[in-house]
Amino acid sequence: MKYLLMCCTEEKKLTALSKSESDALMDETSAYCGALRKSGHLIVAEPLEPVQMAMTVRVRNGKVSVTDGPFAETKEQIGGFFLINARDLNEAIQVASRFPSARIGSIEVRPVRELQGSHRAAAAS
Amino acid sequence: MSEDVTKQVREVVDAVYRSESRHVLATLIRLLGDFNAAEEALHDAFTVAVEQWSRDGVPANPRAWLVSTGRFKAIDGMRRRARFDASLTELAQQLESSTSEAKEWDDESVEDDRLRLIFTCCHPALSPEVQVAMTLREVCGLTTEEIARAFLTTPPTVAQRIVRAKRKIRDARIPYEVPSEKDLPDRLDAVLRVVYLVFNEGYSASSGGSLTRHDLSAEAIRLGRLLIELLPEPEALGLLALMLLHDSRRSARTSPTGELVLLEDQDRSLWNRDQITKGVSLVERSLSSRRVGPYTLQAAIAAVHAEAPIAAATDWSQIVGLYELLFQADPSPVVELNRAVAVAMRDGPLAGLTLIDAILARSDLENYHLAHAARADLCRRLGRTAEARASYERALGLTKQEPERRFLERRLSALPDKTC
Repeated sequence: MKYLLMCCTEEKKLTALSKSESDALMDETSAYCGALRKSGHLIVAEPLEPVQMAMTVRVRNGKVSVTDGPFAETKEQIGGFFLINARDLNEAIQVASRFPSARIGSIEVRPVRELQGSHRAAAAS
Repeated sequence: MSEDVTKQVREVVDAVYRSESRHVLATLIRLLGDFNAAEEALHDAFTVAVEQWSRDGVPANPRAWLVSTGRFKAIDGMRRRARFDASLTELAQQLESSTSEAKEWDDESVEDDRLRLIFTCCHPALSPEVQVAMTLREVCGLTTEEIARAFLTTPPTVAQRIVRAKRKIRDARIPYEVPSEKDLPDRLDAVLRVVYLVFNEGYSASSGGSLTRHDLSAEAIRLGRLLIELLPEPEALGLLALMLLHDSRRSARTSPTGELVLLEDQDRSLWNRDQITKGVSLVERSLSSRRVGPYTLQAAIAAVHAEAPIAAATDWSQIVGLYELLFQADPSPVVELNRAVAVAMRDGPLAGLTLIDAILARSDLENYHLAHAARADLCRRLGRTAEARASYERALGLTKQEPERRFLERRLSALPDKTC
């Protein structure tokens, strides 16, 4: 089953890191990603530009509106994401807990909704 | 067949339901991989039991019979529905072949399933109130109405919590397993927290006079017993000991008129000796493991109180020592406050007051009524009446529980007149 791991951190905390600290963080993360790719867990891993680069698009009554900033102004912002394969939630939690960014910020774990295999959903409704 | 036989069988089925339904459910959840399907299968199995047992007699191993029948009913139902949804054919086949071995439901697997169910209901991906509702519903077999009454909420609220939890277990794929050794301490903590929460909900509410809430403490003790039977970890032993030792004072802690009676003023002949003996032996068992945690230490403190024949004979040095250990394990200001009170009992009120004032000066417990009540009490014993009055009044302003408020008011009015 697929899970999306979203790394949420205060950008202030990241910019406050020294060059060597942030290099070490990147190295550790990419080494871990390498290992996860090898074990078949990692599907996609991408870092994001800072939240100042964000804009939000909405369509209302057929009109497109674009506003500056993220969809929600919160202290912690999504700084990157990983799409992983895991046997179950416990394995996804285990994978998430080993990302260095879990030590700095937090990682939201979201199960990806599987649209095929609809029999389980149908059986439950 | 005579009506008598039918009635007898019904009684047997009812008894089996009470003793076995939770075991059967726990195993069916594993076999079928779904809470709702398992509940339906459980219901079907008991319906068939009433019919078939009247005709053929009660099977030698009713539990295995029920699991096997429930499983069969579920697969059968899936086959019938497969006419409308072809994907079910494969699932039914898969279920049939993967679960056909009888060892899937021997006694040992069934005990493991009960533990799997507990850990799944108390999974940290579920919120604490949902963990409580799920545990009481699925592990203890309480109805949503009973849970709602006990937690002073409405049945639809409880039902909704349970529906959402089951959906989350299924959709986020929370596995039906006992955590690995590495995760066990943290996950067991979560289970113990749920059990203790259920206990306290029943225990602290005993003044409300509602019997259903009292039953919650009994339910928590039952859960604690089940847990140590399945997983005799030191902290599980400690928690059961703590609950038994607290519960042993139940009838002494309120007066016939519902007023709160302090530990030192309780009629110790009302304490339940049987529970004390069991609690003390559990504490000793846990302490001997050398892996001592907060529940065991709290239970050890309760045991020291329980062993004192009169309040004046309490071994306060030992209690202070246990609070020191507890503070190391759980460095919270509330533990620090309790230690200060114990120090006051050992070394006199002034020593305790100095410690409490230091805690209050850090403002950690500024809004905690018991900190001010404890301070008031020490000032009273030191004859510092004006200070005692101010602290009692502060405590009164902060407390929300009616019996406590009446207790504080009594203390306040018992103070000497405003001469000093």
